[in-house]
Amino acid sequence: MPDYNFLDSLVSQVRRDILRMVHKVNSGHPGGSLGCTEFLVALYNEIMQIKEGFDMNGENEDLFFLSNGHISPVLYSVLARKGYFPVEELQTFRLIDSRLQGHPTTHEGLPGVRISSGSLGQGLSVAIGAALSKKLNRDDKTVFVLMGDGELQEGQNWEAIMYAAANKVDNLIATVDLNGKQIDGATDDVLPMGNIAEKFAAFGWEVILLKEGNDLKSIIETLKLAQTKTRKGQPIVIIMHTEMGNGVDYMMHTHAWHGKAPNDEQLEVALAQNPETLGDY
Amino acid sequence: MKKYTDQGKVDTRSGFGAGLTELGRTNPKVVALCADLIGSLKMQDFIDENPERFFQIGIAEANMMGIAAGLTIGGKIPFTGTFANFSTGRVYDQIRQSIAYSDKNVKICASHAGVTLGEDGATHQILEDIGLMKMLPGMTVINPCDYNQTKAATIAIAEYQGPVYLRFGRPKVANFITDDIPFEIGKGIVLNPGKDITIAATGHLVWEALQAAEALENEGISAEVINIHTIKPLDTELLISSVEKTGCIVSAEEHNYLGGLGESIAGALATHHPTPQEFVATKDTFGESGTPAQLMEKYGLNKDTIIAASKKAISRK
Repeated sequence: MPDYNFLDSLVSQVRRDILRMVHKVNSGHPGGSLGCTEFLVALYNEIMQIKEGFDMNGENEDLFFLSNGHISPVLYSVLARKGYFPVEELQTFRLIDSRLQGHPTTHEGLPGVRISSGSLGQGLSVAIGAALSKKLNRDDKTVFVLMGDGELQEGQNWEAIMYAAANKVDNLIATVDLNGKQIDGATDDVLPMGNIAEKFAAFGWEVILLKEGNDLKSIIETLKLAQTKTRKGQPIVIIMHTEMGNGVDYMMHTHAWHGKAPNDEQLEVALAQNPETLGDY
Repeated sequence: MKKYTDQGKVDTRSGFGAGLTELGRTNPKVVALCADLIGSLKMQDFIDENPERFFQIGIAEANMMGIAAGLTIGGKIPFTGTFANFSTGRVYDQIRQSIAYSDKNVKICASHAGVTLGEDGATHQILEDIGLMKMLPGMTVINPCDYNQTKAATIAIAEYQGPVYLRFGRPKVANFITDDIPFEIGKGIVLNPGKDITIAATGHLVWEALQAAEALENEGISAEVINIHTIKPLDTELLISSVEKTGCIVSAEEHNYLGGLGESIAGALATHHPTPQEFVATKDTFGESGTPAQLMEKYGLNKDTIIAASKKAISRK
């Protein structure tokens, strides 16, 4: 049984980390980060089997790839709070000489990151490669990847979606963060993508719908269900409905906070809605 | 002048295929990917012997580069195979972010480079690929000159840790590099010592450079022929020591003069030892349909242009 008290307190603390990180440098992407906070907290703390320490090859452990690299604040916070690197290092986000680049990279040697991302649409292909590598190594662990919904407008994704189904890459669980928003507005206004779940299904994927993508219990149950469907001949995708900016009232139900930092007053309001639980960095 | 014998015309891509087949037998970490060009890349023997280590990606080069990057996680050494045009320009951002900036140990193996691809024409004849690849931080760029050197380079890059761009071609060309001329990444090879002019050539132009040197010798001009198979990192030390002796240089390559070997040499010499230089390369143009021989002639990529460029460089000393 998951320790929901701990997970709830971690979610609150990660939200504070995200808000403080982007506020300090007046840049970064809080909206998508807040929308995926529950998912990444659940994934790293309840689902993934992870070894002590970090090595790039990641053999005999579950792996996670972030394709929509702009939500780096949530990844950095979850990694730091998991112990991959000191929590204090979060204060270097987007500063000169930092390992916490605007978008995640392996190039500065940050533990927990296995691919650079930010230029969209590339993470699924990389995750497929890592999954194939695991199969060659007779490694029974699973590869997870998170993609944005707007990101699915990049054509490379559909090459990868076609390949994974055709080649039965069934040790792969992809999640699409379906928040319906991108920089220029609603995805339905920018470039309507139709029914994404039906598109994945048409390509041959096992599709799981997650209506409550900001609810820890729903997320954990869905990810556990997805785990039971691995190694059955199909790649798996979770279509996860989330609210961009979740947990900060004025950042929700708008795309305005996709890539904009709060000012001093806005930060205070946001932090008051997310109490300090595990200690600020 | 040192004599080189053509052991029989054969394509450099077959050297790649032979090298990959050998790697399949000797290095279990090596895996291969192809985007629907198995025959053109001569990968069939590797596939027959190692079916579980081969990935047919289909006509989806962007996905191929990403999958290759992912395969390195877990310790594999992926060799991707497609035409040079589809190995570089088509997938530049995938290589840049998922391979180069991510420090992934991927070997991008590119056939049908340059105009000698022939009749398919300019859509397939990339003359910009060396420039694109050499500009990526951390990328090693290699353009071997014949079958034997391409095979040796293919084997050598598996032992090297880091991303590599290996460029080779379609036509059957002279095969003349012998076993006593070892291949070492980053080390140029003095094929013929000389004192009047340095000819630094890469790829298919190396054989032409040797023919040019022979003709120049008959006119009393002593040409030092250097085979620069590794364009990045460039063997600057060897080039400087050569031009200190000869005082002028010709660069020769089947590539646009912008971004190619000649530009790399000019940059290095301008910094360390300014030297008169002539460029045998394409002149900021696309190619066209034709036979490889016709195209090399039309675009000035043969021994005659190397001879003329050598005389011009000497006159500028």
